Amino acid sequence: MSTDLGSAEALWVLLLGSLLGLELIGKVPPTLHTPLMSGANAISGVTLLAALALIGAAPNPALRLLGAVALGFALFNVVGGFLVTDRMLAMFRRKGDN
Amino acid sequence: MGELTLDLGAVLLLALGLKGLAKIRTARTANALAALALVLAVAGLLIQQGLDGWPWMLLGLAAGGGLGALLAYRVAMTAMPETVALFNGCGGMSSLLVAIGAVQLPSALSLVGQISVLASVVVGAITFSGSIVAMGKLQEWLGTPGWTLRPQRHAFNIATALACLACCVLVLKGFSLALLPLTVLSLLLGVGLTLPVGGADMPVVISLLNSYSGVAAAAAGFVVGSELLIVAGAMVGAAGLILTQVMCTAMNRSLTSVLFGGALGAAGSSTAGGESAKEEGYTNVTSCSPEECALTLEAAERVVFVPGYGLAVAQAQHSLKELARLLEQHGVAVSYAIHPVAGRMPGHMNVLLAEADVPYDQLIEMEVINPDFPRTDVVIVLGANDVVNPRAKSDPASPLYGMPVLEVDQARSVFVVKRSLGSGYAGIRNDLFELPQTSMVFGDAKQVLQGLIQELRALGVGKTAVAGASH
Repeated sequence: MSTDLGSAEALWVLLLGSLLGLELIGKVPPTLHTPLMSGANAISGVTLLAALALIGAAPNPALRLLGAVALGFALFNVVGGFLVTDRMLAMFRRKGDN
Repeated sequence: MGELTLDLGAVLLLALGLKGLAKIRTARTANALAALALVLAVAGLLIQQGLDGWPWMLLGLAAGGGLGALLAYRVAMTAMPETVALFNGCGGMSSLLVAIGAVQLPSALSLVGQISVLASVVVGAITFSGSIVAMGKLQEWLGTPGWTLRPQRHAFNIATALACLACCVLVLKGFSLALLPLTVLSLLLGVGLTLPVGGADMPVVISLLNSYSGVAAAAAGFVVGSELLIVAGAMVGAAGLILTQVMCTAMNRSLTSVLFGGALGAAGSSTAGGESAKEEGYTNVTSCSPEECALTLEAAERVVFVPGYGLAVAQAQHSLKELARLLEQHGVAVSYAIHPVAGRMPGHMNVLLAEADVPYDQLIEMEVINPDFPRTDVVIVLGANDVVNPRAKSDPASPLYGMPVLEVDQARSVFVVKRSLGSGYAGIRNDLFELPQTSMVFGDAKQVLQGLIQELRALGVGKTAVAGASH
């Protein structure tokens, strides 16, 4: 598949990514609990990158089909997740807003 | 070079997106930024690896993206918890499939790669089956079978987990066929862990599963060697953990007790076998008609609504908003008290009321509104139960003891709209119902609210406001 990543390097990325996530979220107002969750949920569909890589590297149609199914599941998550989050956020308004 | 720039740009946008999602003003833009980040990431990957196999990519895009968009536009807001669970499960399934596919590739995997495949399979499968079970429970396709509450289920789960571990060892020893039983066992484990959880514990499980899907994505990142996937997955995993922590704090329970302790209070009630005994236990309960309730409301200056899952079930949010508008026209100060775990997912009530066009600044958090209850004339509890139970403060023997609750018992009068005197999800007796200032209004939340609106109109509440405005 893609470039071989050094294990140590990848673990550093994992550690720093986790810390970044903890730092970024911090205190969330309850109004946003659901949108934050479903937005983050959409981001977790980022496995679509792995599915694309699998399709690209697959030597036979069976494996490409598996990649396509994985891609379908991931995109269902991504597209649906972002759209539904947007729908929810569009509803939130303050008193007097229009 | 180009793809590296795109990757870095994508990570930056993802970070900004996640940060922005935590603030109301920026949330919508932030969501769009995060979506853009994924588009950049895909562009970067395709530049790097080329368009080989594009018909398959297109197939996945059309099927998954199309169905996702369709569902996102068409689903009712009241069905949001199960929708989020479904999307989440599909993310987990994707990580699972990718990991299985990666093993079939001719290039040999390193030890770290192999371990990542195992992690991706196990976590992906648990996320998938767990989310699907959660969805089934939220849709009420699935109940909580009695056997899942017995201690034997721990034996089942531990045995399944050990069998998973054995399969993992086999795979590392070179028997890659063991991936198949590993997948099945992990799916079973997801079911075994989620099936006993229900009701008030649902928000914890939903946000935990959300965190898992991030972990599964990060593991898939190790498998295919993508830093971007690892970062994004780790960020989601961490964000989900924070939300899970917030939910646990709101219930004064540890994550372990939610996951392994079974349903709140169920340990006692299932053996003592006392649903009916509990219902009989209520004495001194006053019930009243919507008419009497309307009279009290008409004379009130400050009214607080306490929504719970029952409001969502009855789909009564629009009727509630209509009643609130009527009272506001009459000069009554109206607000809504939101308990952090009211409903079946984090922030459930906020989304439900936003759909009915209730401004979010009228939704008040527990810590902020609790000191205000003593100077509140009327509290109307709609389909909430455990989150307003005074026992959580007074009775150390109660399973709810220590859980922060909305102190509605401090208000001058309390109306509890409820279908019957049956105990709440947790099966715990609620002392609120017996207090002298409490009256029960029995019936479906929507019908009771409609009744209240009619009675108030009959009292001339809407009309006087219109007449007053025309002067």
